[in-house]
Amino acid sequence: MSGAAWAQLGILMGALAMSTPLLGSYIAKVFGGGSAPGDRIFAPVERTVLRICRVDPDAEQRWGVYALSLLAFSAVSVLGLYLLQRVQGGLPVNPTGAGGVAPLLSFNTAASFVTNTNWQNYAGETTMAHLTQMAGLAVANFTSAAMGLGVAIALVRGLTRRESRTIGNFWVDILKGCLRVLLPVAFAGALVLVASGAVQNLSAGTPVTTLEGAEQVIPGGPVASQESIKVLGTNGGGFFNANSAHPFENPTPVTNVVQMFLILCLPFALAWAFGLMAGSRRQGAAVLAAMVLLWAGSSLIAPAMESRAPLLAASATVDVARGPDSAGGNMEGKELRFGPEASGLFVATTTGTSTGAVDASHDSLTPLGGMVPLVNMMLGEVSPGGVGSGLYGMLVFAILAVFIAGLMVGRTPEYLGKKIETAEMKLVVVYILIVPVVVLGFAAVAVLWGPARDSISNPGPHGLSQVVYAYTSAANNNGSAFAGLSGNTDWYNITLGLAMLAGRFLLMVPVLAIAGSLARKPVVPPTAGTFPTGTATFALLLVAVVLVVVGLTYFPVLSLGPVVEHLMS
Amino acid sequence: MRRQILPALVAFCVLTVVVGLAYPLAVTGVAQVVFRERADGSLVRSGDTVVGSSLVGQGFTGAQYFHPRPSAAGDGYDTSASGASNLGPTNPDLVGAGGVVAERAAAYRAENRVPDDVAVPVDAVTASGSGLDPEISVANAGMQVERVAAARGMAVDEVRALVAEHTRARPLGVFGEVGVNVLELNVALDAAPGR
Repeated sequence: MSGAAWAQLGILMGALAMSTPLLGSYIAKVFGGGSAPGDRIFAPVERTVLRICRVDPDAEQRWGVYALSLLAFSAVSVLGLYLLQRVQGGLPVNPTGAGGVAPLLSFNTAASFVTNTNWQNYAGETTMAHLTQMAGLAVANFTSAAMGLGVAIALVRGLTRRESRTIGNFWVDILKGCLRVLLPVAFAGALVLVASGAVQNLSAGTPVTTLEGAEQVIPGGPVASQESIKVLGTNGGGFFNANSAHPFENPTPVTNVVQMFLILCLPFALAWAFGLMAGSRRQGAAVLAAMVLLWAGSSLIAPAMESRAPLLAASATVDVARGPDSAGGNMEGKELRFGPEASGLFVATTTGTSTGAVDASHDSLTPLGGMVPLVNMMLGEVSPGGVGSGLYGMLVFAILAVFIAGLMVGRTPEYLGKKIETAEMKLVVVYILIVPVVVLGFAAVAVLWGPARDSISNPGPHGLSQVVYAYTSAANNNGSAFAGLSGNTDWYNITLGLAMLAGRFLLMVPVLAIAGSLARKPVVPPTAGTFPTGTATFALLLVAVVLVVVGLTYFPVLSLGPVVEHLMS
Repeated sequence: MRRQILPALVAFCVLTVVVGLAYPLAVTGVAQVVFRERADGSLVRSGDTVVGSSLVGQGFTGAQYFHPRPSAAGDGYDTSASGASNLGPTNPDLVGAGGVVAERAAAYRAENRVPDDVAVPVDAVTASGSGLDPEISVANAGMQVERVAAARGMAVDEVRALVAEHTRARPLGVFGEVGVNVLELNVALDAAPGR
């Protein structure tokens, strides 16, 4: 990496080092049960809404009821978003005159946004009305992130409470997540983006005649507000087809880093909040360290890979070396203002979280550069993961790690003083197996069945990578794509939609069940034989478990896709 | 499940109003008052006419103008179809003797009289992620200077000075990469006295 790229990475890490304890302790206070900053403003609003809902804010739920509330809210959200897309043509705030969206595409999009995936089988600028973007898609951006937050907090409650039947109240958690955590940061982020050039208006755009006499429409729309929550909520669904590569979504090299900061700030802060809620910063620090290690690893690999482009260079005496007047590198699908290194950092960041926003075309990444996002997603997105989903994913791996450590020394495993027993381990195994089954199962059918295979746009091993990437992205709720694949077909609209729903709710329900099961248990005091989990050793063990247990599942398919392609190039 | 439906409906509606309407409208209100010019698309004027946005590229082809990067947005710089080529790194349509990179390089060489043994800058032969990239590298602009100067009857040094004037440095010296804004440069060329 160049010196400037190191400095850029350093500034991003410095900003995160400051925000993580601040946001982390704020989140711990908001969800901790005691008084929290902002109570005077938010508490009356929350109480009023809960009264209309006929929910007692002080009554907590058992895990099953919490899960039912979550599923009911998600079902209403999917239905609402589906209907809004279908009828948008007849609604106001539609200056571009977008018509109703087709049924299967509407289903796919609704499932996609409500599951925090934001896979997009449509081009935003031509398909979606402004009203759908803000009152439909952006709402799901907020609520899906708040749901992830709620589930993560519920799991932390399960780990830290003693002999409790309940794990919190879903309705209280989702309101707090939206109003107290996401909304203020999103508002501030939106103003930063608009000050840098992201558009924010309700117009259809400004038609202009270019210097050479051609017609061009300078697009309009509520872009900055959407963009801010798109990254903060680790959602990733762009206002425009080009997503964060579009100059109106991500206008400058500075906004590019601001977006990465917004993507990472809540997932890292949640690990800190976990430590505070567990009453031991060391426990939070160990989880945080594992997240940072995985993120930093991929953040160093992707920029290095994208700085080289031997095939481009060999095509026709092309200069791909970095020099004073050109950044060089693999510039196909990349914006000049970001260049290969900032784009590579964004690639690692957007897929280590469940974001899936892209500031460069992932399909055109170098073979190994493109393997970075694929592996990040396959690891279950825990580096540092989506809002909430990153923390609960990492905590599930932590339970697996103490189990494996327990097997090695022949003791009953414990995590935070909670005995890990058969019931929890069964749920952990379900959690870990669902995604690979969905990804590899659907991908196998899609490469064998002719009509599905017709969607592939690149020949050779890259074509396999496109299909595997699509299902990996959907089932891990990422949403980025090897976008040459034609996803807007009946097969892909349906199967990707199902993969997203499975990857979200079939994981959230076992997590809540683990939370419920752990909450009921007493806390055993640590003894000399207890495996300490607030240590650097444990952080390294956690990284190893993530890489070995999860990563190896996908080794064969990675060999046939990106690795073979790299050997060809 | 039935007991969950009422709170789900109420919460969904309330949140739609708060984060789906109030939030974007509040941001729009503040943006239109404080950052109006940015919020409406950073429009660029040539004389009194609006000719585009400083953030959105245009497809220049005339010899008297600097040319932008290749674009995969529609037929080129189509703002209703932003996007990348999505050609894979080993796709023969992209790389190799029959690929589009070789084709673009040949056209670029012919246009700017670049000798065969001089390598062309990579940004001149690759399509951007958005298809609307407003910038080119300094190296790319440098190879076009003589063509533009000749077409306009301007001194090469004069054109070179305008390129330097419209070269955007890295913010704080570390963020992203250096770029030359093509539209702003071309507007400045049209306004230059010696055109």
